[in-house]
Amino acid sequence: MTIDLSLLPDGGVSWLDASGSHSDIVLSTRIRLARNVDGYAFTSRAREGERLRVLAQVREAAASSASLAGAFLFRLDELQAQDRLLLHERHLVSKELAGLDANHPVKAGSAVFLGDGLGVMINEEDHLRLQSLRSGFALTEAYERAAVLDRELGGRVPYAYHPEFGFLTACPTNTGTGMRASVLIHLPGLVLTKEIQRVLTGLQQMGLTYRGLYGEGSEVVGNFFQISNQTTLGRSEDELIDQLVHVVRRVIEKEEEARRVLQRDAGYIIEDKLWRAYGTLRFARSLTFDEAMNYLSGVRLAVGLKLITGLSVYTLNKLLVFSQPAHLSYVEGRTLTESEAAQARARYVRDALASEAGSNG
Amino acid sequence: MICDSCKERDAVVHLTQIVDNAVSQLHLCEKCAAEKGVETSVGMPQHPLGQFLAEVQQQVAVPAAEAGRCTFCGASMKDFRAAGRLGCPRCYTTFEGSLRELLRRVHGHSRHVGRTYSAPVPEHREQDTIRGELRERLRRAIETEQFELAAELRDRIRVLGE
Repeated sequence: MTIDLSLLPDGGVSWLDASGSHSDIVLSTRIRLARNVDGYAFTSRAREGERLRVLAQVREAAASSASLAGAFLFRLDELQAQDRLLLHERHLVSKELAGLDANHPVKAGSAVFLGDGLGVMINEEDHLRLQSLRSGFALTEAYERAAVLDRELGGRVPYAYHPEFGFLTACPTNTGTGMRASVLIHLPGLVLTKEIQRVLTGLQQMGLTYRGLYGEGSEVVGNFFQISNQTTLGRSEDELIDQLVHVVRRVIEKEEEARRVLQRDAGYIIEDKLWRAYGTLRFARSLTFDEAMNYLSGVRLAVGLKLITGLSVYTLNKLLVFSQPAHLSYVEGRTLTESEAAQARARYVRDALASEAGSNG
Repeated sequence: MICDSCKERDAVVHLTQIVDNAVSQLHLCEKCAAEKGVETSVGMPQHPLGQFLAEVQQQVAVPAAEAGRCTFCGASMKDFRAAGRLGCPRCYTTFEGSLRELLRRVHGHSRHVGRTYSAPVPEHREQDTIRGELRERLRRAIETEQFELAAELRDRIRVLGE
């Protein structure tokens, strides 16, 4: 292993700490701002020299940014695939930037600045992708931090901006504010009561969209959904955020209502199902990632319903991240085969739950 | 809520129609909505934005004047359709008409109303940065055979000194 994530100001995982509001339902909030440097072709059409110049300019600007004080720069083009995967599993870089797709290897100049709850991906689809990540449901706070960083960098690096179209991006779906505001939300109640389709259809009618755990193109696993704005033009950042806040509040209410219905109408069935999920995680000797995700979803629901006490949401959040393949390899200190990973995962989950067990049952 | 069409199943699609300034609500079940051609699937397409873009692009006509190439990066609208990505910020000016129409279809608007921005004055930036940037632009100008621009960029680099 060549990278040490403990060097990061927040270990790269402060968004996991479950300190934010509604953290049993909303895992995290993310604001992403897409920006490009004027005078260069967009990343996909840029030559290597252009990408390296972009990186040099952003580095220079980052050096004088107070928001990025103490931030760490990872040159993805100098990291092994295993380390790039590790950063991706922590939701710190996109799959595209990490070059994890066999058809799109990592490009020269691909890099990421990682600070305390803030990051800047460089030479992703856009030259800069500013990210602000917070624990729980905290859209306004996350945006404020992103906006400060944006002003710091934009005051040094000339952004591509058009008076009519706003911030110019490689894909016109991001043009305007360049902002994607999203929350990662756990909706097992709505899935179990089969209300989820209705809620998701409603989101789309409101101009919002949803994705899986890892963003665009990823599947929904473990009942985790990322809800975000779909459009970026014709509304201000504040309007987009206000609307998302409003809708997510409604979704949280619907989820809470669904949980009450489940407990009322199917009390013992649900209780049995959730304890079985806990039992499997507590004693299984081999777990695939999807299995772990689904059982963890059950246990998270049980904690939300207060069926299981003495187990922290922070521990559950950590398990979501640390039960992924590259993290298991990182912990074990070597590359694991699929079956070795399944055993390591079961061991890791078992140990984490055992250390918090005691007041259960 | 019961479906307005079949009066049997639960309505899951709710449409607001505006005809001659009169607003009416239509509530449909999944089956009736599908029969009327209303998309109800909330399945996860592999590349949701890509698919949407492709559909939108098919509907946008290309004016003859924009059949050319961007003077900065050499990209054409055809390249954009194939890749789903524009070549450079200048493309927004080169293909302004088509893009305004596309943006309106994608976002429902084509005018930015969010944060405004003005770029920093170049004096505040390091000479090295400016020189590097100009060199990259010079290379691209030569590549796209814009020799007048190339000559101007060369002069500017000379003024800054090597």
